[in-house]
Amino acid sequence: MSKVIRIKRGLNIRLKGTAEKITANAPRSRTFSFRPEDFHLTTPKMVVKEGAKLKAGDEVFYSKDQETIRFLSPVSGTLSEIKRGPRRVITDVVIEADSEDSYRDFGVLDTANMTAESVKARLLEGGCWPFIKQRPYDVIANPDVAPSAIYISGFDSAPLAADYNYVFRGKEAALQAAIDALATLTSGDIHVSVPKNDESPFKSLNGINLHAISGPHPAGNVGTLIAKVGPVNKGEVVWTIGAQDLLIIGALLKTGNYIADRTIALVGSSVKTPKYYNTKLGAEVSTFVYDSGLSQENVRAINGNVLSGRAISLKGHLGFYSTEVSVIPEGNDYELFGWNKPIFNKISATRNLTFSWMQPNKEYELNTNTNGEHRAFVLTGMYEKVFPLDIFPMQILKACMVKDLDAMEQLGMYEVAPEDFALTEFVCVSKQPHQQIIREGLDLMYKEIG
Amino acid sequence: MGLKHKLHTLKEKYKGKKMAPAFNALHTFLYLPNFTTQGGTHVKAADDLKRTMNVVIMALVPCLIFGIFNAGFQHYAAVDAAQGILTEPSLFGNFFTMDNFILGAWKIIPLVAISYGVGLGVEFLFAIIKGHEVEEGYLVTGMLVPLIVPVDIPLWMLAVAVIFGVVIGKEVFGGTGMNILNPALTIRAFLFFAYPTWMSGDKVWVHGAVDRAKELQAGANLDAISGETILGAYAQGQSVVYDYWDMFWGFIPGSVGETSKVLIIVGALLLIFTKIGSWRIIISTLIGALVMGLIFNGVVSAGWIDDTSKFYGLMDVPFWQHLIIGSILFGAVYMATDPVTASQTNKGKWIYGFLIGFISILIRVFNPAYPEGVFLAILLMNVFAPTIDHYVVQGNIKRRMKRLKVKTA
Repeated sequence: MSKVIRIKRGLNIRLKGTAEKITANAPRSRTFSFRPEDFHLTTPKMVVKEGAKLKAGDEVFYSKDQETIRFLSPVSGTLSEIKRGPRRVITDVVIEADSEDSYRDFGVLDTANMTAESVKARLLEGGCWPFIKQRPYDVIANPDVAPSAIYISGFDSAPLAADYNYVFRGKEAALQAAIDALATLTSGDIHVSVPKNDESPFKSLNGINLHAISGPHPAGNVGTLIAKVGPVNKGEVVWTIGAQDLLIIGALLKTGNYIADRTIALVGSSVKTPKYYNTKLGAEVSTFVYDSGLSQENVRAINGNVLSGRAISLKGHLGFYSTEVSVIPEGNDYELFGWNKPIFNKISATRNLTFSWMQPNKEYELNTNTNGEHRAFVLTGMYEKVFPLDIFPMQILKACMVKDLDAMEQLGMYEVAPEDFALTEFVCVSKQPHQQIIREGLDLMYKEIG
Repeated sequence: MGLKHKLHTLKEKYKGKKMAPAFNALHTFLYLPNFTTQGGTHVKAADDLKRTMNVVIMALVPCLIFGIFNAGFQHYAAVDAAQGILTEPSLFGNFFTMDNFILGAWKIIPLVAISYGVGLGVEFLFAIIKGHEVEEGYLVTGMLVPLIVPVDIPLWMLAVAVIFGVVIGKEVFGGTGMNILNPALTIRAFLFFAYPTWMSGDKVWVHGAVDRAKELQAGANLDAISGETILGAYAQGQSVVYDYWDMFWGFIPGSVGETSKVLIIVGALLLIFTKIGSWRIIISTLIGALVMGLIFNGVVSAGWIDDTSKFYGLMDVPFWQHLIIGSILFGAVYMATDPVTASQTNKGKWIYGFLIGFISILIRVFNPAYPEGVFLAILLMNVFAPTIDHYVVQGNIKRRMKRLKVKTA
């Protein structure tokens, strides 16, 4: 293992509702859904029509710009509805599930003689390509460009994140299978980060370059790992893959089936008994949310963590990349003198009559209130304290806002993804939407340069 | 439920109307809004701009209170001095007295009222015309302004200056967060150049001195009241009657809030502790001032300057005393640290602060008309802050380019 990477600039946000280490099987979901918004900048082109019968692993749609990238049904069932938004953009594809899954068989990959071509073809036809994302632009990787390295974060430091040591226990074989296959796709290394002083399942894997990282969130973000190991230069491409997604890739390679199983953490202060659930990608979140129970009514459910997840309704479905579902109270209420009274029950990175610095280990129950109004950037130096990348956060945000492509490129836009700016957004006293600004900036660059 | 519910109904009713910003500004002072996060992070930190500005105001209040008592104290001390009675300041003996407070409050509360009334009036007007929310920046500016003017400044002048400062210093650039120059210092600069007789000289710093001088001119048989600052005395080669502890505690004439160094240090500690004020700027400003002071001391001890020179008096001031006379400390803590107009990068803050301190003392010594340069130095560096940042950011960009070259080579 190479030397320990120490992250100093960051912030651990401790919230109530960490998942207890118990895994339950979620009841089988009646419907499953694909939301193309999970696949940023991908335009879906439907292969099947409403009413079509599907096996688990049958193609549902492909990417219009990159036709080899296919999106497969996670279950066998009937395609019941294609929902469209303005200008007939597909917003949701709903599949009504059968009671049992029958899988389409892709055949077991000959791992002894695998080549980049055979692995790539298998991942594309087996529906696992969308798990591979690329930087720059934080979009699904272009299969035609070989990456200079592959980065995987072996732990999650976000608030209320799933404990990977628990989730991956006993699944090392699937991880190893995925790693071995991915290794054929890059001339560089596969970099994996694990927490320092931790018995991570990743430590037993072969063929990876392991990095121990210590420090507060965003230590577990893959962007932090990239920044510390090899920031993306202009013209370079690296890939990132979620650790949980490796399991589905591993299963595809070993069994020949697209098995979209996922162990998710149901967390948050509004959940009665936060714990882990075995379910499938695209399942209704209500199958496990109501199994666990909610302690209040006015809540927000989030696909992912509270920093960079996407809000869904309680009738919504698990996202394609989600490893957790968070449920926290909505904060749509006024608070008398909320702007000047001393605050003990919320987190703050400053000490403006806020006292979270006195209790660094207390777990808080935060709601979705913005705690103030949107303003122009005023305070400086705040973002740098929670931003471990060698980039000027405020300057790059401003470059994105004024659409200055040259400045964006010079300031390091190729290295970042929106989630890297989640913490700066959290601490921002001007309540600026950092992640959205970065996303729009990346989209602009993708359009103009990429 | 009552009030909260009624206000909510009113807010909905006014939504999109011309007067909505004005209503919302008042509403948000009572209640933290019911806005929830949309996209992006689902939770947000507890502090907003209002809370931040509120803490800065809290850091200024001790200076204001001290300034009120000091205005009274300086007046009575000067009246006594005119009759040849020297007053030894003692905190609870003759400083924190009701007489001092009443006189000081009589002079200073109107300054505060005019500053906030006129300034916020302009802010509300602009918010309504331009349809944006009323922003909090002026809450701090409005508190700073009465603290950096002489106590006897006529109220109408202050009102004119505030209008100028808020409109030209801030609103024309787009409001809080967009301005290039510190609005409070823009107001002070306007007063200084438009009404110099009320902003400098040996009369304006103590209440009553100007009036007394006018009465004398009219032929009244009275003793003149001196309102000279320490810097003024040095500049004219007079002996200074105050000792260092007077300067440190603040029993000296000067702008309303700048005199008490100990309370400014308390304010600075609060700003640094709450992580609002940049300790980098404060420290580097003081270092810059000390360095310039040392250079002047060196010039004097090397004998390069004749003791008849008009600059000799100020050059000869021991370098460390520059920190406890004049407004350098107040400027370093409350003015230079304004995040909007200061450098925005951490490295840039060191350079920015150092140059402010350095240039402040330079102007202080060499300005023949007015022996103080802090506000001019800060305004000058406000203009150069983006340039400093540009070069700091270039360093980051160059590092990135170099990395690319190494890779592709």
